[in-house]
Amino acid sequence: MHVKIHDLIVIGGGPAGLAAALSAWECGVKDIVIVERDKELGGILNQCIHNGFGLHYFKEELTGPEYASRFIDMLRDSSVQVKLDTMVIELTDDKELHVVSSTNGYEILKAKAVILAMGCRERPRGPIGTPGTRPSGIFTAGQAQRYVNMEGYHVGRKAVILGSGDIGLIMARRLTLEGSEVLACVEIMPYSGGLARNIVQCLHDYDIPLYLSHTITQIHGYPRVEGVTISEVDDNRNPIPGTEQYIECDTVLLSVGLIPENELSKGANIAIDSRTGGPIVNQSLETSVEGIFACGNVVHVHDLVDYVTYESSEAGKSAAQRILKIASSNSADITHSITDENADVIQLINGNGISYTVPQLIDLKVKLHNIEVFFRTNRIFGKSTIHVKAGNSELKRFKRVRLTPGEMEKIVIDEDTLRQCISKGFDEIEVSVTEDPASEENVHFPVEKTVTLGEVL
Amino acid sequence: MINKYDVAIIGCGIIGASLAYELSRYKTRVVVLEKENDICCGTTKANSAIIHAGYDPQPGTLMAELNVKGCQMAKELCADLGVPYRQTGSLVLAFDDTDMQTLNTLYRRGVENSVPGLRLLSRDELRAIEPEVSESAIGALYAPTAAIVSPWEYGIALAETAVKNGVDLLLSTEVLSITDESDHWSLQTKDQVIKADFVINAAGVNSDIIHNMVAEPAFKITPSKGEYYLLDKSEGDRVRHVVFQCPTVNGKGVLVSPTVHGNLIVGPNAVATNREDLATTGEGLDFIRNSAVRSVPSISFGENIRNFAGLRANSDVDDFIIGICARHFVDLAGIKSPGLTAAPAIAVHAVGLLKDDGLKLENKEHWNGTRKRIRFSELTPEERAQLISNNPAYGRVVCRCETITEGEIIDTLRSPIPAHTVDGVKRRAGSGMGRCQGGFCAPRIVEIISREYQIPPEQVLQDGEGSFILAEHTKRREI
Repeated sequence: MHVKIHDLIVIGGGPAGLAAALSAWECGVKDIVIVERDKELGGILNQCIHNGFGLHYFKEELTGPEYASRFIDMLRDSSVQVKLDTMVIELTDDKELHVVSSTNGYEILKAKAVILAMGCRERPRGPIGTPGTRPSGIFTAGQAQRYVNMEGYHVGRKAVILGSGDIGLIMARRLTLEGSEVLACVEIMPYSGGLARNIVQCLHDYDIPLYLSHTITQIHGYPRVEGVTISEVDDNRNPIPGTEQYIECDTVLLSVGLIPENELSKGANIAIDSRTGGPIVNQSLETSVEGIFACGNVVHVHDLVDYVTYESSEAGKSAAQRILKIASSNSADITHSITDENADVIQLINGNGISYTVPQLIDLKVKLHNIEVFFRTNRIFGKSTIHVKAGNSELKRFKRVRLTPGEMEKIVIDEDTLRQCISKGFDEIEVSVTEDPASEENVHFPVEKTVTLGEVL
Repeated sequence: MINKYDVAIIGCGIIGASLAYELSRYKTRVVVLEKENDICCGTTKANSAIIHAGYDPQPGTLMAELNVKGCQMAKELCADLGVPYRQTGSLVLAFDDTDMQTLNTLYRRGVENSVPGLRLLSRDELRAIEPEVSESAIGALYAPTAAIVSPWEYGIALAETAVKNGVDLLLSTEVLSITDESDHWSLQTKDQVIKADFVINAAGVNSDIIHNMVAEPAFKITPSKGEYYLLDKSEGDRVRHVVFQCPTVNGKGVLVSPTVHGNLIVGPNAVATNREDLATTGEGLDFIRNSAVRSVPSISFGENIRNFAGLRANSDVDDFIIGICARHFVDLAGIKSPGLTAAPAIAVHAVGLLKDDGLKLENKEHWNGTRKRIRFSELTPEERAQLISNNPAYGRVVCRCETITEGEIIDTLRSPIPAHTVDGVKRRAGSGMGRCQGGFCAPRIVEIISREYQIPPEQVLQDGEGSFILAEHTKRREI
């Protein structure tokens, strides 16, 4: 079959893909194609009709569709091509894409660089293994969001929400505003997986009870949900006998986690980080396959779209640099791979309290700059210190008032620190957290104050 | 509507469907009555999906004979009908000396039942062909003829082909009572009376109820619930064969097996229950996990995508209950495991019984026993390009996990037994079977069903009657 060649192909036209394509175009790449499986650009933002988007990036409060449309409008003035209603069904490590659509049929495309921006999907009932019947009326929160916000249909009258991820919290409010009753939000962990502002604005403001350390232990009813049994769980998340309570409902929403969507990445033999579920990337957002970059929720699940935009702009810039370099040199000497054994890399190690970092490694062959490191903690920390160490020496430390797994954090490792590290021959940097003892007052290191969005609002 | 049928089959699971298929060869007028709103919704859709080799049933029983025959027939039949089938072979593991004795018994039984190719494997031989089995497994019985199949597609393909060849099917038609009109039977349903000369009871877990409508109670069905895990394709290669443990009085025990769709199936347990109980339980699932890791310790249950439960039509008889229980009335009852395997052989056997009982059979001149379904994901790029250029609907991927196109969804809505629910589409096209479990495609399938049948989305069902998905339109609700 005929193979069409492009400079850059972006897989996914949600917030990540839009920002990546736009940034690559601004850097001077003109032959860009976005492949989007839905009938319009914007991705999941289109069903997020609530506000709160863009506070960081646009310094104003937008709805999801408004946020998306800003980028769509900017792209309109560019030469970026968009293939809508088109599914990528295969990606190879040679950057070849097999795509299908009703309008253009079966096509094989090839690119000098590819940006993965497929986003994530919701975890369904299976992985959490909730026992009971299999009636209708069980939705993932995002599915319900699509039905209610985009298609205009109620999903039920009395709902219980399992999990307290952000979409579940947002849907608790949405269903309430649409006239349904939300009877409970049930979270197996002792803390919510969602943003603090969503707990306040979506549950507390509507008197919806949040049951922490609880889970649904049985779903009842057929053909439609008739109720759920919820139970308290112990420290090992096992239900405690005798704590069962029955809640009558006709709808169950699942908000039990998001999974980066990496089927295509795996098909292209891209190394996946088991902690994030996304590709391992370096500071340029390049994956283990050279010329394939990744950004947004396909790399790690973000809380705020603004950060997706920042990250994706970086990925777009990196991809553009590669493409322009190929254009200006006739040799293939720019190729390198971050898994290449001879490549000079610094691994970022997850120390105490850290569940993952992005990037996972720093490629020393890429021009060094200040590097933003995103991470999540694996439990709640009060007033605490983030340590950045190499060997036995501490390079940097940061202070935080509070850290929770539900809120993504960011630190910056500056270029000087990196150079120090390189000159000493370190090939690992460890990031860790310790909770401050109440009396500790030794702040000899530069401290960066972080304001979480919850505080802003 | 035919005034009087030659044969009425009660129940359209794998047994009713197999018999309908077999009878569709003849000029006989056949009707199948199914109480659910779709076919193959009972035991046929929720079981281990195994074509058993046949070493398990006691020699001399009808079960043994029909199991081995059915196993032989399945391969060709599935090829004819375009049903996913893979001959994986099966292993029964032994963990101690008692188990080894059981393997010897099974081996002898299998030989007596004429099961081809049975072999007892040493520990090393076992690990060579199935590296992920537990190190504590000391030997195994290997049965090369065992296979895996898509059970509901098997049943649907048989029934569809029967319908294509002239068999009538009535859905949502529960038989409430049966009257002997001396020269024919009258079957009372909610809306109508169906008349037929011959009646076949293929009512699965309800086959005793149907039997008791025309004859003295002779057996009792006590449904036995089996719960399962279905794991993601990332676990699909965990084992290469169907891996059993030694059977007990409760059944064939917990098995670990690849599926034809590329997943891993683990289960079942066995719990006596009522005819409606299809709920999974915490205890049941715990038991399955704990039992399964004895066979294959490396199974990653975190990769689970679905739990489900099915009912076995267990009876108080140690064999299938197959025979004439009243004049021109045939029971195909108590069809527990290996019922899926035996189904086509049961059908051939039942046709013989009907013939002996006076049913006239004359071959149709134009009978087509084959069926083809377009499976986009299995085509080459060139074939896909051709398909889309002929019909652009095949270019729109609706189910991303399983790469199922809108064209294939529409095919199921226009098939001889059209799907009209989201799960009906799922069983026919495979949409929603993957790791996101319909999270992405379900709203799109609701939209397609709504569009094609010209019904509002809130009338589209998930599965059985009453399983509505959407309530009213958000802007139409009275406050």
